[in-house]
Amino acid sequence: MGALLTLKNISLTHQGRNILHDVSIDVGQGQIVTLIGPSGAGKTSLVRIALGLLKPSAGESWRAPKLRIGYVPQKVVINQLMPLSVHRFLETTACEESLFTDTVRQVGITHLLSQRMNNLSGGEMQRVLLAKALLNKPQLLVLDEPVQGVDVTGQAELYQLIQDLSRDLHCAVLMVSHDLHLVMSATDTVVCLNTHICCHGHPESVSAHPAYLELFGKNIEPSLALYTHHHNHVHDGCDHDHLPKIEDTDVEDKA
Amino acid sequence: MSFISLALIAGLSIALVAGPVGCFVVWRRMSYFGDSLAHAALLGIGTGLMLDINLQFTVLAVCLLAVPVILLITHSQHVADDTALGIVSHASLAIGLTAVSFATKGSIDLSAFLFGDILALSQQDVVSLIVIAVIILFVLIRFWRQLVYITIHAELASVEGLPSRRLEFILMTIIACLVAVGMQVVGALLIGSMLIIPAAAAGLVSSTPERMGLIAGIFACVSVCGGLALSWFLDTPAGPSAVVVATLLFAIAQIGRRKD
Repeated sequence: MGALLTLKNISLTHQGRNILHDVSIDVGQGQIVTLIGPSGAGKTSLVRIALGLLKPSAGESWRAPKLRIGYVPQKVVINQLMPLSVHRFLETTACEESLFTDTVRQVGITHLLSQRMNNLSGGEMQRVLLAKALLNKPQLLVLDEPVQGVDVTGQAELYQLIQDLSRDLHCAVLMVSHDLHLVMSATDTVVCLNTHICCHGHPESVSAHPAYLELFGKNIEPSLALYTHHHNHVHDGCDHDHLPKIEDTDVEDKA
Repeated sequence: MSFISLALIAGLSIALVAGPVGCFVVWRRMSYFGDSLAHAALLGIGTGLMLDINLQFTVLAVCLLAVPVILLITHSQHVADDTALGIVSHASLAIGLTAVSFATKGSIDLSAFLFGDILALSQQDVVSLIVIAVIILFVLIRFWRQLVYITIHAELASVEGLPSRRLEFILMTIIACLVAVGMQVVGALLIGSMLIIPAAAAGLVSSTPERMGLIAGIFACVSVCGGLALSWFLDTPAGPSAVVVATLLFAIAQIGRRKD
C-alpha cells in the first residue's frame, strides 16, 4: 500500500503556545484514519498542515506527488450579500458534466442545486461540501468534523455515505471527528490527539472483542463503532505513560 | 471636448469598474481597507505637491505602496487587523494633510481632494484615467472566477491548487489602483462609498456573483450620471451627488427586496 500522506514529527508553536508536539501520522492508499481529541487539541491545525495550508514549526509534511485531495472544511460561511447558488458553488471545481451529475445524485443534493448557499441547513451544507470535495476526483478525502451541526440520525447517514463513497471511489480518508466516542466502523486507525498523540489503534479489533461487546452491547448502528479510551494520566505535560495500543488498554482495564 | 462630456466619460469609466471591484470589497468585508487606501491617496497628494511632480502618479504610487505595508502590519500578530488598518489609514491622512499644507503654505482648497473635482479634469487626466480603468477591467475579467473562488473559501481554493495569496494580492492591487483614480472623481472621502453602495444594492437584486458584478457596474454608472445631472441642474457638488444617487438606488433595492 503506497503512502499518500506522511506527517513526521510535526510540532507547531503559535505565540509561545504548543499547539502540536511531535506528531506523526501516515495515511496509505484506501486507508481511513480518524483523528479525535478534545477541542483545542490541535486537530484542525494538524489537518491544515497535512493539506499544506500551514507550515509546521518543526517536522516534515509529505504528500504524494500530484496527490488529488478533496477537502471538506469545518465551516464555509458565505457573505449574506453574495448571491451564490449551490450549483455555482460546486462549479468552482472544474469537472466533466457526467461526474457532476453523478456526484450530485450520489450525495443526494440534486434538489438543492438552485438553493442559495446561505439558506442551507447544517446537514445540507455538509452534503454540498462533500460533493464539492468529490468533484476534485480525490485520492484522499480530508474531512474536518464532517457531521458538525447535523442531528444524530443525519450523522449516522453521513458517516455511512462517506464510508460508501470512499470505498466505491477507492479513496483514502483522513477525518477529524467531533465526537470522542463515535467513529466510523470502517476506520482503520483511530488517532487520539491532545497536542501530542495520546494513543492510536484499530477500532474494529476492539469492537470484535467479547469483552468489548459485553461492555457496550450489540445494538450499535452498523456504520458506527464505539471507540473508548481511558487515559491513566492527566494532560499536564509529557511525563506520563503513552498507551500505544487501544486493544491492550480497554481489555486489560475491564478483564 | 466640453468639460461636462469629459466628466461623464471619466465618471462612467471609473463607475463601470468600481461596481464589480466593489462586490469583492463587500463580499470580503474590506471596506475599511478601501478607506485606508483612500487616506493613503491623500498622502500621495501631499507627496506630489511637496515634490512638485504629477499628482496622479504620486497618488497611484502611494496607494500601491500602501498595499504591502497594510499586509505587513495586518499579518504581524501583535496588532488587531482593524487597529493596524486604522493606524495606517489615519497616519497617512494626517501626514498627507500636513504635507499638503506645508507644500502650499495653507493656500490650497482641500475639498477638491476630499470630495473630488470631476468637472475640473483635463483631457490628459481623463485619458490616463481611462487607461487605468481599462487595465483594471481587463485584469478583473481575466481573474474573475479565481477571485470569486478565493472569496468563497480561500483554503478550498488553495487545496485545489489556486495561488490564494497571490490572487489576494492581485485583488488588493486592483482596489488600490481603483481608489487612486477614483478619488479624482468622487474624492478620497467618498471613493469607498462608490465601491460599497452600488455593490451592496446589486447584491440585493442579483442571482449570481457575475450578475451582481454587472449590475453593480450599471448602478454605479447610473449614480455618476445622476450625480452629474444634479450638479448640472442644481449646482450641487458632483461627487457627493453621485453618492446620494447611489444611496437612493440602495434604498430602492432594499424596499423592492422586502416585497418579495
